[in-house]
Amino acid sequence: MQNVPLEYYLALSATLFVIGAIGVLTRRNAIIIFMCIEMMLNAVNLTLVAFSSFLGSISGQIFVFFVMTVAAAEAAVGLAIILALFRNKQTIDVNDINVMKW
Amino acid sequence: MSLNSLLFFLFAVGAIATGIVMITRKNAVTSAVFLIAHFFCLSALYLSLQAQLLALLQILVYAGAIMVLVVFVIMLLNLGAEEKASETLNIRGLLGITVAGVLGVQLLAVFMARPSGHNELPPIATSNGTVEALGRALFTDYIFPFEAISLLLLAAIIGAVLLAKRHLEQVEAPKNISTDDISVQHQLSDKPVH
Repeated sequence: MQNVPLEYYLALSATLFVIGAIGVLTRRNAIIIFMCIEMMLNAVNLTLVAFSSFLGSISGQIFVFFVMTVAAAEAAVGLAIILALFRNKQTIDVNDINVMKW
Repeated sequence: MSLNSLLFFLFAVGAIATGIVMITRKNAVTSAVFLIAHFFCLSALYLSLQAQLLALLQILVYAGAIMVLVVFVIMLLNLGAEEKASETLNIRGLLGITVAGVLGVQLLAVFMARPSGHNELPPIATSNGTVEALGRALFTDYIFPFEAISLLLLAAIIGAVLLAKRHLEQVEAPKNISTDDISVQHQLSDKPVH
């Protein structure tokens, strides 16, 4: 049944994680950075599901379930923070948000 | 090449392509649409790993709930595209790509490393991630994390409502308050600072 090796899934998830990391490090729009973080979370989820499937254990999928829940909570709070930020500074460009920078 | 590997390569290439397009678009709405396509590709990959419930949850929670929230915020803020300056490769962009590249090489090195003597994973019959199997594990072995995550969701709801509220103090200030206290209250109120 399984004829795609585990390494292929791991390599794919590493690639997706790196794409997300590049997005977080190079973009300046806070919402796009936020979406890149979601993408990195999904890359880790893919690793967990692949290991769960190849090791025959359900635990990895339970972890993915919890990661999805935390991602949903993070989306609610993170977007509320972005909204509050935009209301106070009229921008969500992370270069202009430097109140805590010294 | 079997159908299984054909589908894997199709959706793997799809996931990578939509991911790259997503981080390079200037318009946030375009990025969001490609991220939704990315989530669908990942959902198909979950299906190929016999994680049926997670494949459904991926579409429902990510492509449904979270991305609707993100698109709603994008529309609410009504932002234009990023300025041109961010698209030119500056020092920061090059540094970011370099750091991420080093991270990728490290990840691949760890993933491809095989401990000696264990050249193949034990061929256990693949578990199937049906609702029954996941629910059984969730409500027996993982009941405490399950309850803890419900508390986290409650905290997130309260936090999101408090953060997104326009004015934190709606109550009238008492009349018999000294002038110093009033000035402090004005400073504390979340008016935009110009």
